[in-house]
Amino acid sequence: MMKSTRLALLAATMLGATGTAMAQDAELTIESWRNDDLTIWQEKLIPAFEAKHPGIKVNFAPSAPTEYNAVLNSKLDAGTAGDLVTCRPFDASLSLYEKGHLTDLKDLENMSNFSDVAKAAWSTDDGSATFCVPMASVIHGFIYNADAFEELGIEPPKTNEEFYAVLEKIKEDGTYIPMAMGAKDQWEAATMGYTNIGPNYWKGEEGRLALIAGEQKLTDEQWVQPLREIAKWAPYLGDGFEAQAYPDSQNLFTLGRAAIFPAGSWEIAIFNEQADFKLGAFPPPVQNAGDECYISDHTDIGIGMNAKTKHPEAARTFLNWVGSAEFASLYANSLPGFFSLSNETVEMEDPLAKEFVSWRENCKSTIRPAHQILSRGTPNLWNEMWNVSANVLRGAQTPEDGAKQLQDGLAGWYEPQQ
Amino acid sequence: MAQATKKPRRWHIAVFLAPAVLIYTAIMIIPLFSTLQLALYSEVQNSQVFVGLQNFRALFGDPQWSDQFWNALKNNTWFFIVHMIVQNPIGILLAALLSSPRLRMRSFYRTAIFIPTILSFVIAGFAWKLILSPLWGVAPNLLDLVGLKSLFQPWLGKEAYALTTLALISVWQFVGIPMMLIYAALLSIPDELLEAAECDGITGMSQFWKVKLPLILPAIGIISILTFVGNFNAFDLIYATQGALAGPDFSTDILGTFMFRTFFGFQLQLGDPNLGAAIATAMFAIILIGVSIYLFGIQTRLRRYQF
Repeated sequence: MMKSTRLALLAATMLGATGTAMAQDAELTIESWRNDDLTIWQEKLIPAFEAKHPGIKVNFAPSAPTEYNAVLNSKLDAGTAGDLVTCRPFDASLSLYEKGHLTDLKDLENMSNFSDVAKAAWSTDDGSATFCVPMASVIHGFIYNADAFEELGIEPPKTNEEFYAVLEKIKEDGTYIPMAMGAKDQWEAATMGYTNIGPNYWKGEEGRLALIAGEQKLTDEQWVQPLREIAKWAPYLGDGFEAQAYPDSQNLFTLGRAAIFPAGSWEIAIFNEQADFKLGAFPPPVQNAGDECYISDHTDIGIGMNAKTKHPEAARTFLNWVGSAEFASLYANSLPGFFSLSNETVEMEDPLAKEFVSWRENCKSTIRPAHQILSRGTPNLWNEMWNVSANVLRGAQTPEDGAKQLQDGLAGWYEPQQ
Repeated sequence: MAQATKKPRRWHIAVFLAPAVLIYTAIMIIPLFSTLQLALYSEVQNSQVFVGLQNFRALFGDPQWSDQFWNALKNNTWFFIVHMIVQNPIGILLAALLSSPRLRMRSFYRTAIFIPTILSFVIAGFAWKLILSPLWGVAPNLLDLVGLKSLFQPWLGKEAYALTTLALISVWQFVGIPMMLIYAALLSIPDELLEAAECDGITGMSQFWKVKLPLILPAIGIISILTFVGNFNAFDLIYATQGALAGPDFSTDILGTFMFRTFFGFQLQLGDPNLGAAIATAMFAIILIGVSIYLFGIQTRLRRYQF
């Protein structure tokens, strides 16, 4: 995997070099953090585009996810970034637009295929400019080993109480590690822990917007309770989970050693490929049976145009195609788990992806709370959430202390919270 | 002036110096000063504005930054101390053993111990991450074989152990360098001197302590200063094994990772090159002070022996 990425990167650089020599045809390079998707771009998406637009060549040149922002910012500042830029949601991309690295795409024809909610992640606060074409959102939940559940005679839990009963039962049986999650990479605890189960407590958008408005605090009950839940998970994780990294967790689950994986829907493709047992998924459990449920349906990925590109017309043609129904269906089906944000109805074939997206019907969607506005200052709320969630999971910090640290950090620079 | 006109201009000096001076200026001196300059500016509405020492006031005065800075400095100091009390004595010991005339397969040992030094940090970090992994690592099994399984901990995931573990990994990787330098110093001691010592009845251990050690002290001094500079510039190993957030709970955060995070940003945190440059300047100052103390305080007092 690593090697093939390297080779592909090398090939991309060399192609890029020869391309400029040959001139005439426009050659576009896409910057992205999705190195897992390299083959899908090369074998499905790009050929589909190039077949329709023979004059334009496209290269997909991803970098490592954790380094993407740093790498991209340096490249943009130095003027060596690719023509098309995969956009992180909200402030990371907004600041790129404000610095003039991204261009306004509001007048792009296919922009009308997206709802305002989908566009919000890549628009200025007043909505006057939209600088990235929304591509996909990811939904959080729990993926489980259906064969293991059948073997142990357990049903996917609906309420919190059932959730712990299930974990307890798997632990007693001893064949499987109840849940695969590690504290080492920190973001697992924050993304798949805190913001996965949290929306049921802070009531999704209601809590998130109240936090932005300064009406709720991170030390309020509905924000502390999810941390308390995470603190209860430790006994159900594998031995030495403190030093377990994200790829370790993935392997632990796909090798069939762990029964439940707190997940984001982006895992679907890779789990389908690697796991040789049946997979199932359940949404974050609610507190009491019949409670309204909330899911984290996070606008995660968009694509914009580098303002300094040499081929603005070709780039706009490509972006317009990304906004089309054809791309939406192609993307959602080649990358099950990345759900299109397009208004067009997209038929999906993957059962697990269908299961995830079906929650949208009964549960209210929200996005991760730290991403809009609240991560503009220092200390950065999202980075703090990584650290605090991991500390709470390891038992190194009490949920109350953790919540206080988050609140103090936010109140340090965010006026509505002072 | 009058004298200068008489003497022919010695152009060849300038010509011979030029390549080194030009390259050194281009890749060391100019970047160094532009870093210092960058630290005095700040970005206001997308343009760089001169703000004097404001970045340094933030770094040392604002608890958001100063807590992280002191934490990184403290961790960095511990990282250095571990190297000084583990790496260098082991290096000296290995060199003393290697220079023993009765040792066989000397070049094999020398090569084997030196090899990790030429490995990339990423390889060393990744290999050790796997060895120590509680899930797939060989460390738990090896400890189990000798009945010490209970001693195993997920070392890289515990605040109390992570930094020391990383320092020891670094020691494992770099112990070859002090070994080689000391070995060379030991070889350069003339045989007549040792024979004279033997005539006086100084042999074995006491020969090492009383004759050899004083003679290799300058080499040990050089190694200490190299260790100091290397450790306070360290970054790669921590980044490769623990990531830019230097977990758990910043317990392995050293100045290098703190600077990287600030300069380039991390995840939703945007990079602040100006504050990053201020941290880099502080690192430069720390290293400069350390090296100066050594040069003026210690090296001038070391006694040198002429043979």
